[in-house]
Amino acid sequence: MRQLKFSRKMLGIPYAVFLLLFVAAPLFVLLYYAFSNGQGQFTTENLTGFFSDPNTLGTLFYSFGVAVVTTAVCLLMAYPAAYILAVSRLKAKSVLVMLFVIPMWINFSLRITALKEILTWLEGNLAYHPFFNTVVGMSYDFLPFMILPIYTTISRLDGALLEAARDLGAGEAQAFLKVTLPLSLPGIISGVSMVFLPAMTNYVVLDMLYNSTYIMGSLIGSYFAAYNWHGGSMIALILLAIICLFTLFTSGMEEENTRGGTLL
Amino acid sequence: MMAGGKKGPAAFGLACCMLCALSFGALPEARAEAPEKNSRKKEVTLRVCNWEEYIDLGDWDEEETIGLPSGNVIGERSMVEDFTDWYYETYGIRVKVEYSTFGTNEDLYNMLTLGDTYDLVCPSEYMIMKLMAEDRLLPLSEDFFDVSDENNYYIKGVSPYIQSVFEKNRMEGKRWSDYAAGYMWGITGIVYNPDAVTEEEASSWKILNNPAYKRQITIKDNVRDSYFAAVGAVKSELLTSKEFLEDTDYQKNLEREMNDTSPETIGQVQDYLQDVKDNCYSFETDSGKADMITGKVAVNYQWSGDAVYTMDQADEEEYTLAFAVPEEATNIYFDGWVLLKDGIGEDAAKQHAAEAFINFNSRADNVIRNMYYIGYTSVISGGEDGRIFEYADWCYGAGEEEEVSEYDLGYFFSKDGKEGKYVITAPTDQVYRQLFAQYPSRDAISRSSIMVCFDEEQTRAINQMWINVRCYNIHDVPGWIWTVLFGSACGLAVWGIRRRILKKFPAL
Repeated sequence: MRQLKFSRKMLGIPYAVFLLLFVAAPLFVLLYYAFSNGQGQFTTENLTGFFSDPNTLGTLFYSFGVAVVTTAVCLLMAYPAAYILAVSRLKAKSVLVMLFVIPMWINFSLRITALKEILTWLEGNLAYHPFFNTVVGMSYDFLPFMILPIYTTISRLDGALLEAARDLGAGEAQAFLKVTLPLSLPGIISGVSMVFLPAMTNYVVLDMLYNSTYIMGSLIGSYFAAYNWHGGSMIALILLAIICLFTLFTSGMEEENTRGGTLL
Repeated sequence: MMAGGKKGPAAFGLACCMLCALSFGALPEARAEAPEKNSRKKEVTLRVCNWEEYIDLGDWDEEETIGLPSGNVIGERSMVEDFTDWYYETYGIRVKVEYSTFGTNEDLYNMLTLGDTYDLVCPSEYMIMKLMAEDRLLPLSEDFFDVSDENNYYIKGVSPYIQSVFEKNRMEGKRWSDYAAGYMWGITGIVYNPDAVTEEEASSWKILNNPAYKRQITIKDNVRDSYFAAVGAVKSELLTSKEFLEDTDYQKNLEREMNDTSPETIGQVQDYLQDVKDNCYSFETDSGKADMITGKVAVNYQWSGDAVYTMDQADEEEYTLAFAVPEEATNIYFDGWVLLKDGIGEDAAKQHAAEAFINFNSRADNVIRNMYYIGYTSVISGGEDGRIFEYADWCYGAGEEEEVSEYDLGYFFSKDGKEGKYVITAPTDQVYRQLFAQYPSRDAISRSSIMVCFDEEQTRAINQMWINVRCYNIHDVPGWIWTVLFGSACGLAVWGIRRRILKKFPAL
């Protein structure tokens, strides 16, 4: 009897099984529920219902707003930090990087609880600034996801390019704008997508920081609590579609950019 | 479609992981999955699903021993382990309890519907009603109600008042008492800081939108509790009017009013809750207790069991809180054990074990352990066994030097509901504090109403109302945001086109 031949392809089997069971199959279940009603008949009512209800649309808008502002805040804080970190000649650089990573090791709800106390100390009564608190909470939570990819891309930049730019007469600012910034775009894009998507759905932060307005995640939860799995699945599906669109858009940008980069 | 027609456990797992992936939501408690081995026929497996933190898990410190006149009570091991041993000693049958927990009634319902199988679960009354209506429950056996059996602690010990409620209420003609054995019960009310809020103000649901306490009130983050409070507030005048209170059909009318789901009422409730949303600190699921104790808020809409806990914790910080029951009405709720058809089926041995589990948890010493551990109030008054009343007295009875009041619990403890025999001489402040929340006064009970299970249409209407309250309405987006958005979209488009052109004609 011949021995079973082990090929490299077989290493992919565990992941393929995982993918099939936990990614592909649930998608079908989601699709089924999204496009059916309580009697199990096909319907597009859930879809039209979502886009005709000012509340669900408003929730989409609000989640989008939270995510956009959070991402912007994260980016504005993370880029300079990552840049300074990457270009500095500090010996203790890795320690500094660790400082950004360590908060991620602490339990998330513990961190937000601590933040809650700090914000209460600063603001007095948290309930007056729900949107602000949400953005602060989410930025606090997601900042490392923005810093790390940007830091990695900038620190891998070829220093020769910058030298060339200077040799050709570019000032510091010009060299940064024409060389460093465009070349760090892939890092920015992956950071943005790592912050933007969870910010749209992470309702735990909202709950813990007393924001009583629903975002997409909590809206899905409320449908399930009312035994309306069909409406809830549809919202989940719409969210999925938005995420897909977003990913397509960013990867398109990335591609365009890397082509631009090689041209440089 | 793979899981479309037949909803198996797989579908549940898949649905779960999908939801989590998309929403970062909390994972439901992992289920204990034990492959049934071909064990000896004697062993029975009992799958129990209860609320989180809702049974004594044992492991008490020695100092925690409750020294009652009739003996000590202490939880050394968990209730489930003790039950396993007791069952073997009493009936000579080995039982294996697979104990798991759920977070909300709706979670439990979704778990059951998506394919999880349990034998014995402990939902709230409205969920029991829903399960009864869907014909998913097995009636309790006749033996369970046999008072001559000394091991039938439930029927011998259940408070006559609670039993009468269970007998009086019906779902589609079937009495609750035939299907459900009560476990814990309570009412809803207001925990408040007496230094900031007067008792009178706290004794009305209208406090929730009182601008004097702007951003100092937390309210329950679930549609049923919010609905009840809001109905109480919008119908306040009617509910406290003399004619209404003196009507001979008061109880019936009260229940009708509090369960009113007419479009007008739902509309009023929506307006009211929108007001509350702008006035309150937050809608909370669990943070209300802590925020009350740390003094972040002055008013907290709370279930009586949690109110006891909140006041106890505050006492430890030497911070005094009090409990009030609104004058309009209070929602009386029950959690009860029910047998599931899906799990037990025709298995008499299983049903016996399930009913024994209820009985064991209704034995006076175990009732005390559970009550001490979780803080809620058991439906068991003890019957002939005086230990539960002793425990209440042990908790709330006055020392010698304090100012005292007589607190009559006859309606709950005595067989005929008569007063006079079960009186706790408590420190005066307890009359509106822990004791009041643990065992509400007869007066508070007289204005209690159950909240029924709403049908599909009502559920949808109320949930839509809730979404209207909680969601951001797209019509509220201010004009300047639209302008900014439109502007930046135009800007992006121009930039993109310019880039394209520059790429094609680099000479430009």
